[in-house]
Amino acid sequence: MKSETVVDIKDLVFRWPRQSTACLDLPELRLQRGEHAFLHGPSGCGKSTLLSLIGGVLAPGNGRIDLLGQDLGRLRSTQRDRLRADHIGFVFQQFNLVPYLPVIDNVLLPCRFSVRRRERAQTSGSSLRGEAERLLGHLDLARDLWRRPATDLSVGQQQRVAAARALIGHPELLIADEPTSALDAERQEAFLDLLLREANAAGSTVLFVSHDRRLAPHFLRDLALPALNRAASGETA
Amino acid sequence: MNYLIALAVRSAWNRRYTLSFTLLSIALATSLLVGVERLRHDVRESFSQSVSGTDLVVGARASPVQLMLYAVFRIGEATQNMRWTSAQKLAHHPAVAWNIPLSLGDSHHGFPVLGTSLDYFTYFRFGDRQPLRMQAGKPFAGVFDAVLGAEVARKLAYQLGQKIVLAHGSVALEGAAHSDKPFFVVGILAPTGTPVDRTVHISLTGMEAIHLDWQGGAPVPGFSIPPELVKKFDLTPKTITAQLIGLKQRGDVFAMQRAMANDVDEPLMGVMPGVALDQLWEVVGQGEKALLLVSWMVALVGLGGLVAVILASLDARRRELAILRSVGARPRELLLLLALEGVSVTVGGMVAGLALLAALLFFGTPWIEARYGISLNGLCFSGDDLVSLATLLGWILLAGSVASLLPGLRAYRLSLIDGLSPRT
Repeated sequence: MKSETVVDIKDLVFRWPRQSTACLDLPELRLQRGEHAFLHGPSGCGKSTLLSLIGGVLAPGNGRIDLLGQDLGRLRSTQRDRLRADHIGFVFQQFNLVPYLPVIDNVLLPCRFSVRRRERAQTSGSSLRGEAERLLGHLDLARDLWRRPATDLSVGQQQRVAAARALIGHPELLIADEPTSALDAERQEAFLDLLLREANAAGSTVLFVSHDRRLAPHFLRDLALPALNRAASGETA
Repeated sequence: MNYLIALAVRSAWNRRYTLSFTLLSIALATSLLVGVERLRHDVRESFSQSVSGTDLVVGARASPVQLMLYAVFRIGEATQNMRWTSAQKLAHHPAVAWNIPLSLGDSHHGFPVLGTSLDYFTYFRFGDRQPLRMQAGKPFAGVFDAVLGAEVARKLAYQLGQKIVLAHGSVALEGAAHSDKPFFVVGILAPTGTPVDRTVHISLTGMEAIHLDWQGGAPVPGFSIPPELVKKFDLTPKTITAQLIGLKQRGDVFAMQRAMANDVDEPLMGVMPGVALDQLWEVVGQGEKALLLVSWMVALVGLGGLVAVILASLDARRRELAILRSVGARPRELLLLLALEGVSVTVGGMVAGLALLAALLFFGTPWIEARYGISLNGLCFSGDDLVSLATLLGWILLAGSVASLLPGLRAYRLSLIDGLSPRT
């Protein structure tokens, strides 16, 4: 079953334990297959919480989140873990890589934990390793860095390795949480271009989160979380 | 699963310095605890074998434990002696194979002086029925010959031929020395790890000779017999303190005890040393429990400090787990990763600790035996020992695993709270 809607949120309300007011109250948010969406908002407006909900780390309180047609609220946490491993790639602001693994093994990590990602990586490349090398090459990482420990790389290089890892095995959804904040302006642009190009090639939907609105022109869809979130607009009480 | 093991190994290698300290501290805790357990066992064995092969310890009727205290350990004094004639009667009893008379009361620099017969060197057994061995010289022959226990000779730095003066009573008092009749060291015994090491042995005749001109615990004023004349006197003792008896057949023990209880000539009693030693150990043995408790506390404090150090440097681990979680590792897998490491480090530490202890025992045993006479059995455990060792190792495994898992569990918990975004 191939759903054209990757993420489908309806009437989602989420409240952290021990807090009286809701943190998120989203009437509707939908991401279509292949769509590149830019989600912005100031710090503390619930961006990370929303990502944790879509990623299935947090369980929704009220309302409904469908990921690839599956209702996350009705899955057990282990099933959500599996769904995340199979279908979502992540890039974070920093500390993306396991320090003691070489670059290439960092890229291959999702294939170790998800059979689906491994199989898809194998069929798209000549081999598992070949696919990882292809992605690293496309993301402009020099060949001599591939066997080096991840900690030898600059921050910019590390982010590109993280992008390769997020994209290996063609996950349906790529979630990027402020991946460019640690980079300077020029590198931000270059990184973003590479990331989106490869996401396109992999056919992944992109949900890119940042507080920096200058990046918005790279995306067809521009979402302001405070405008979508009824909890944020109605609060300040 | 295989990949998890590989990952655990690489992760552990990445933190090899911290982990080697964990391993070392578990190794030391293991050596300490198993070593103390071993020592405890061997000391107890040594204690209960202070005298062996002796079927009965005979003395004036009093408490059995008290009789053991002065007859075997030479601590305290006999409130009453037994007559020499009674001792002779027992010695000639048809069931008796051998007997050793013991006469106590004097001392030399705080070491007890024991008057006995040459049978002492022939029949006395300690430990695993080991006989006494001369380290130098030979048993006493003349009236004023003395044979030293190993510790006496070592502590006082005495050689053969040394002239020694005995003090009357167990404490050296001014004017209560037998300075008119000095003794000469003719022999030194090898270490036994028993009270024999702390004893100065002389013959019963020597004991009698130094007290010829004494009465009621003091020299008789104006009356002194020079050493060269003592042989003109009858040097047969009138009384002795106690008597060790070996029977031809062990089964006769109870008959002998009954006979002594019914003897109307003199109220005597015969005590089976094993039973009385066990009673005595009930009292003395409290110390060993304290020892074990203290070593547990040392081990736990060590492990506790270690946990604190690792907890303080946890951030890297926390990030690592968050990353693994974001690429699809399930919480169960992360827990397995942590448990794998905790248990392997503990087991590794325990093996290293046992190896260390084995090496220490291997190189240390000859020295300990020579100096303290405690025979250590190395790491050879058997029967009950094996069960108590297994229990001990089980506890160490538990404590070590908890100590190495605690920081990991904390990191795991934090990584669940962090969700997918590792924080600085």
